[in-house]
Amino acid sequence: MIKVENLTKKYAGQTAIRDLNFEVGQGEIMGFLGPNGAGKTTTMRILASFLPATSGRASIAGFDVFEQSLQARAHLGYMPENVPLYNDMRVNEYLNYRAALKSIPHRRVSERVGDVRELCGLREVENKLIRALSKGFRQRVGLADALLAEPDLLILDEPTIGLDPNQIRQVRELIKNLGRQHTILLSTHILPEVEMTCSRVIIINKGRIEACDTPENLLGRIRTAGGVTLEARVGGDDAPTQLRKIAGVRDVSESEDDGWKNLSLRVESGTDVRAEVFRLARDRNWEVRELTARRATLEDVFVEITHSDEAS
Amino acid sequence: MRKFYTLLSREVSSYFYSPIAYIVLFFFLFVSGADFYFQISFMNQRPVQYSVQEAFFNSVFFWFAFVLIFPLITMRTFAEEFKLGTIEPLMTAPVRDWQVVLAKFFGAMMFYIVLWVPTLIYFAIFQYITHQTAAGSFGAYWGSYLMLLLLGMFYISIGCFASVLTRNQIIAAVISFCAITLHFFSGLITFIVTEVSSTMRQVLGYFSALEQMATLSRGEIDTRPIVLYLSLTILMLGLTYQAFQSRKWKL
Repeated sequence: MIKVENLTKKYAGQTAIRDLNFEVGQGEIMGFLGPNGAGKTTTMRILASFLPATSGRASIAGFDVFEQSLQARAHLGYMPENVPLYNDMRVNEYLNYRAALKSIPHRRVSERVGDVRELCGLREVENKLIRALSKGFRQRVGLADALLAEPDLLILDEPTIGLDPNQIRQVRELIKNLGRQHTILLSTHILPEVEMTCSRVIIINKGRIEACDTPENLLGRIRTAGGVTLEARVGGDDAPTQLRKIAGVRDVSESEDDGWKNLSLRVESGTDVRAEVFRLARDRNWEVRELTARRATLEDVFVEITHSDEAS
Repeated sequence: MRKFYTLLSREVSSYFYSPIAYIVLFFFLFVSGADFYFQISFMNQRPVQYSVQEAFFNSVFFWFAFVLIFPLITMRTFAEEFKLGTIEPLMTAPVRDWQVVLAKFFGAMMFYIVLWVPTLIYFAIFQYITHQTAAGSFGAYWGSYLMLLLLGMFYISIGCFASVLTRNQIIAAVISFCAITLHFFSGLITFIVTEVSSTMRQVLGYFSALEQMATLSRGEIDTRPIVLYLSLTILMLGLTYQAFQSRKWKL
């Protein structure tokens, strides 16, 4: 559905994205992650034919976004960052206007507008001026607009930014449902959201793709896949040194909470050291009140990938 | 074509959503009404060599209002879209650049025409009260309103071009105001500088909106200004189109 080859974009003396290569297949929900200024919005704008690339190619549904931009745009529903809208229009009026721009046949306009209004929960504000809408409703108007023409591909630039937790949950559900019929490329900062909705993830940093895989594979790949937390009374023992001797433990940090030692272990991926830790505690007569394994999250992956680069 | 009409109707209605439209309408009606009133009271005092029509369209009052309205009408066309970022959803919809440029131009033209409609009533009132036509002939009406249309097209295309260059409406207004007054008053040079050769005077005369208006409002329909302003308008719209799609240049 999306095919990107050696895509590079330079702004006056600065390279925003460098040599991107990726593909998004039909029906995939692709998450696009990266720190601010990594080039997410630039990439999405190029895909939406809003900006030209300096070099390289990109196509949507087989149409080059630069050479055959009109056909490419006809297959696309795009929701820009911060959702710019005409403040002087009413919600219904705006959706009707957009429907006509997107060449939805006359007889289907009211049906489509009604559908997206229902889907995005806009019924209660349909006759309100857009200027009077809250951030959450503006966001939903933007989403409704992107969905209007039933595009094969949705590109959503931070669809949940500025929403409250309930709204985020609603939008997440919506995106998950949409993923059944549409291909979706979405960028976001909210990592649990990606884990829950996306079938694949691209992590981009400083204009380069650092990783592109399923969330599960990414979690398996990182060196510190997770950790173990141990809370115990260890007496006079030097607990960190002893714990470090266990195979698979990479690092131990400790803190104290009125007599209880809180030991946090970082372990190699794919190893479970809890049994070893228990045996050690039993042998040393430590009084244990907590022993838990912490699963790695996408956040760990994100921090590791984008940070290791910064350090180097 | 449907996309163009959709864009055009959005442009026209957006004028009437904003308070600026009503301010411009009020200001313009006030100035043109005052102009008409003063011209007629002046004519009441002494005999003159020209018709009401000629007097109305060639007074200082009229020209003052005239050059001011264009920046007000056109400053927001593109600059506002850039400022609000609405250009992004607009241009990522399947519409062509020239459709947007032409919709904005014709949208401004429609508003400009609406501005002039009430002035027709002045002449109707004049006729109703005095039982005399305000102009020498119907040609005078055709001529003066044709000139208004031509000059309006050219100045609106200048305004659109100024607006596409910036995201700041004030800057757009200043650029178009300067360009319009510069063109407009170039015709006055022959009055200020008397030491010009007759060829120079003639050349400037071709571009002088004042002289063209004087001719056309007498009812002499000259084809030279028609060609001049149509081609200048096309030129300015071409430049506007180029500047608008320059965001797609691969630099």
